Amino acid sequence: MVDVKLHGAWASPFSCRVVWALKLKGIPYENIEEDLPNKSKLILQYNPIHKKIPVLVHGRKPICESTIIIEYIDETWPQNPLLPSDPYQRALARFWVKFAEDKGFAVWTLFRSSGEEQEKAKNESLESLRTIEEHGLGNKKFFGGEEIGIVDIAFGWMSLWLGIIEEIVGVKLLEAHLFPRLYAWTKNFKEVPVIKQNLPDCHELLLLFKGVREQALGSSSSSSS
Amino acid sequence: MAEEVKLFGVWGSPFSRRVEIALKLKGVDYEYVEEDLSNKSPLLLKYNPVHKKVPAFVHNGKAIAESQVILEYIDETWKNSPILPKDPYGRAQARFWASFIDEKCLPALWKASWPCEDHEKVKDEAREHLKTLENELKDKKFFGGETVGLVDIVANFIAYWLPRIQKATGAELLTEEKYPKLYQWGHEFENHGVVKEKLPPSDKLIAFFKDRFESVSTSK
Repeated sequence: MVDVKLHGAWASPFSCRVVWALKLKGIPYENIEEDLPNKSKLILQYNPIHKKIPVLVHGRKPICESTIIIEYIDETWPQNPLLPSDPYQRALARFWVKFAEDKGFAVWTLFRSSGEEQEKAKNESLESLRTIEEHGLGNKKFFGGEEIGIVDIAFGWMSLWLGIIEEIVGVKLLEAHLFPRLYAWTKNFKEVPVIKQNLPDCHELLLLFKGVREQALGSSSSSSS
Repeated sequence: MAEEVKLFGVWGSPFSRRVEIALKLKGVDYEYVEEDLSNKSPLLLKYNPVHKKVPAFVHNGKAIAESQVILEYIDETWKNSPILPKDPYGRAQARFWASFIDEKCLPALWKASWPCEDHEKVKDEAREHLKTLENELKDKKFFGGETVGLVDIVANFIAYWLPRIQKATGAELLTEEKYPKLYQWGHEFENHGVVKEKLPPSDKLIAFFKDRFESVSTSK
């Protein structure tokens, strides 16, 4: 009997974070694909506050919020640790995980908007990338050092989803000549076997996101044509 | 070797007060530095270069920013009087509620406390979150159970700052009538022997909020 179930969605970077964590630790689990416009009753039961995926169910215990799930996974299955053991290094890791959560939103705003709002989001995103490259990554190969850890996982969306957004919107953010270290990180991250084997299909993601942007712009009351 | 424990904060900030509460609960001696946010010290900018905010915490030369990150560091470093449960599921639950309070509750409560567009709608959202917390509290004395824990500390704004904003502005969000458990919890928290030593002076805080209310109300 599979004790671990993950309610997720193939296209969600948040869902993928949990998949990566489970796979890196070799934890067997059952994947339950949720249809986001039509969430199952279970999701509403397991996550009544946010009604979102991913939700990890271990035994009968539901855990919500991807980064909280990853810390839970790390504490429950200690092999291949995703967080450092030193409290100060752990604090640094948590600081950057929070940064990823707080600042990632600007790129999403850029994706769903146009005109002045998009320009503002673009500048915010570039500022964040600068900070991440200089203060977060520095000269390390991965945020976690020689191996990927929770911070790499938290920034994992930049390795695929960011490029998709850049292509659809026609705005370049993470350019190699502007952010050489972060750019190299995206390449290195995607080469990690567990990550490489567990990324959504690029073309399908592109199609899906194209539709999302069209909807977002079409329903925006501030857009004029 | 003398241990260096330093906290950069602001007297009225619930975020820097969180760190003080945790340190006091664990009996950790620290040096406190009061910052002037309109004129931040070079040390603060050095210790929190990314956000340039308080609180910034320094332990033997190592600097940490973000109050919840600092709280977890404190809990892992000084293991007496733990503020998080031992079991991973309990810890996940505590982190979930702490995150809910900071990401959803506090922004909504703050916005609802001052005049704004769609004020009723904003107040409704704040009330919904208070209801969620009321339901989560159930019959526990504290969110942490019998003792003050991470969630209680993170909810300090609701226990102490919010009632004083209400006194200053006449806003009525958290009332005993609507949220009896949460109201009682706030009372317990505010009067907790250790916590109460690390809360800002009541009159000073109310005066601060009165000033803000006046300037916000007349700036239209």
